[in-house]
Amino acid sequence: MKLLAVTACPTGIAHTYMAAEALEVAAEEAGHEIVVETQGSAGSTPFTPEQLAEADAIILAADVEVRDKERFAHLPTVTSGVKKAIGGADGLIEQAVAAAEAAPKGSAAAAAPALAVKQTGPGTASKVRGWLMTGVSYVIPFVAAGGLLIALGFAIGGYQITDAPSVTKGFDWGSSTSWAALMFQLGALAFGLLVPVLAGFIAFAIADRPALVPGFVGGLVAVETGAGFLGGLVAGLLAGGLIFWMKRIRVPRALAGIMPVLVLPLIGTAIVGGIMFVVIGGPLAAATTGLTNWLNSLSGTNAILLGALLGLMMAFDMGGPVNKAAYAFAVAGLSTPSNTALLIMAAVMAAGMTPPLAMALATTVRKRLFSEVERENGRAAWLLGISFITEGAIPFAAGDPLRVIPSLMVGSAVTGSLSMAFGCTLRAPHGGIFVLPLIGNPFGYLIAIIAGTVVSAALVIALKTLGRRKTAAAETPDTIPAAAPRAAAHA
Amino acid sequence: MTEPLITADLVDLDLPSDGRREAVRALAERLVKAGRVTDIDRFLADIEAREAQMPTGLEGGIGIPHCRSAAVTVPSLAFGRSTAGVDFGAEDGPARLIFMIAAPEGGNTDHMTVLAALARRLVRKAFKNELLEATDAGHVADYVQKEVAG
Repeated sequence: MKLLAVTACPTGIAHTYMAAEALEVAAEEAGHEIVVETQGSAGSTPFTPEQLAEADAIILAADVEVRDKERFAHLPTVTSGVKKAIGGADGLIEQAVAAAEAAPKGSAAAAAPALAVKQTGPGTASKVRGWLMTGVSYVIPFVAAGGLLIALGFAIGGYQITDAPSVTKGFDWGSSTSWAALMFQLGALAFGLLVPVLAGFIAFAIADRPALVPGFVGGLVAVETGAGFLGGLVAGLLAGGLIFWMKRIRVPRALAGIMPVLVLPLIGTAIVGGIMFVVIGGPLAAATTGLTNWLNSLSGTNAILLGALLGLMMAFDMGGPVNKAAYAFAVAGLSTPSNTALLIMAAVMAAGMTPPLAMALATTVRKRLFSEVERENGRAAWLLGISFITEGAIPFAAGDPLRVIPSLMVGSAVTGSLSMAFGCTLRAPHGGIFVLPLIGNPFGYLIAIIAGTVVSAALVIALKTLGRRKTAAAETPDTIPAAAPRAAAHA
Repeated sequence: MTEPLITADLVDLDLPSDGRREAVRALAERLVKAGRVTDIDRFLADIEAREAQMPTGLEGGIGIPHCRSAAVTVPSLAFGRSTAGVDFGAEDGPARLIFMIAAPEGGNTDHMTVLAALARRLVRKAFKNELLEATDAGHVADYVQKEVAG
């Protein structure tokens, strides 16, 4: 039987290679062929397309994210920590063989994708997706923890909890408002880290530790300039690419020691931060102002069209400049409440609730289109969605922007226009389900949200299924679950 | 010219057994004395940081405290053997063979290839047995060097 294995560990100098050796020895003893890709510090030689096509199963023995995992989507997979591969290599080999036998080669499901792999190989697109997914896997806990804290804050303290004074200014142990404020403010802080962590770990996935600081700081600048998570994606890719390139510059021996800890982070941060501020920040601010002015000039347009437009904007960048422009436009209207303003506010909130709800629905009905961490995020997304925490969908959008964002935009547009058509109104600027009593025509509102959610979820599923077929990633047999959930990643 | 990964003065065939930290420090001091580690506190902190992520003890009585550290000048191996064993957090008990792997922070691929070769030897029975039975530090150093280079 022909097996493949990938080994990877946090430091990349010991366990990676010990596991590789142990697997090679165990495979030989059991009479199987194995090729191991060691993703460690000594550089790794990727599998050839032939090896990928001919393999019967793959073992992923790693304590960190396996790079370019998409290459293996067509193979029965056994997953374990790297240490288990050292002590229990023969057991893993047995499992891999059993997995391969359960999905015999030559069956239609296994053969077709293997052919396609030959043509595509680990292309640029799959590399980029690997980087994005690494960033996403680190960001998900922040979204879940921060989002649920914010939701709890709303649940306990009502929607006006956003206006509560900082808990540093006084905390009353007996007051539920104080506790709600504490949760809301902690959640908001955690959310502040969302874009920096995303950018930092995308950069980390591309160019390792020296890229971490430029990525994080670039992400912070994206927050500072209001560039949102799309700005964070740019910062992360920029920082990773820059450091990756700089690492190839040959430097005198004396300098080599301080390159990764001092020189690369310093220069990388200056360049990435500079670009984010000057090249992206300025024009972005201008664009945001322009968008706001444009929205204001639209008053009097057909309400249903306006609702659709606002929906598109809300779902486009989820907390980024376009989303903010739509949201700010709605909130500004509340200060001089006319019926139109209340209609707009309702549409905007509904459209902001559908993206996380749609992803939650999609991960529930089509589990295998999503990774384990994404599915977990999907569970939290139900609550984030009903709390109008649009950011709950960011991990999905960041991991696969070209498929997810358009799907979410369409669904939100449906929701926005339906909310308008049903004449739903809202007099609070946020709060999701917790401001239900303040919603005019709540039944219509519910229908609008459900409709958009279903539309988005269906589109995401359709696009992802289509994409999977195309990139040969179809049908990992459902009968063979990974041997163990992916081990927590260590930085 | 490349410096050998290990020399006789980096071998301790009678490592103190009073605890992990003590054993690690004893080996680290040998690296400092040999001029391969510049700052022992920083180096120990990096070792501990790695150990904190997940203990480095392995089944079969092996501990491999290791790190990439800016305090390391040359990729090095310090080897210690403990008769009573030192607990490195392995499930099946204390480690008798302790390999301290020190990699420079900015190590190039050549450096890492040597360390990768070493790591691969660590899982081989013959390699372990040779080290368990060795009586002479010089012999251990020569043996390891030969195995890793070959």
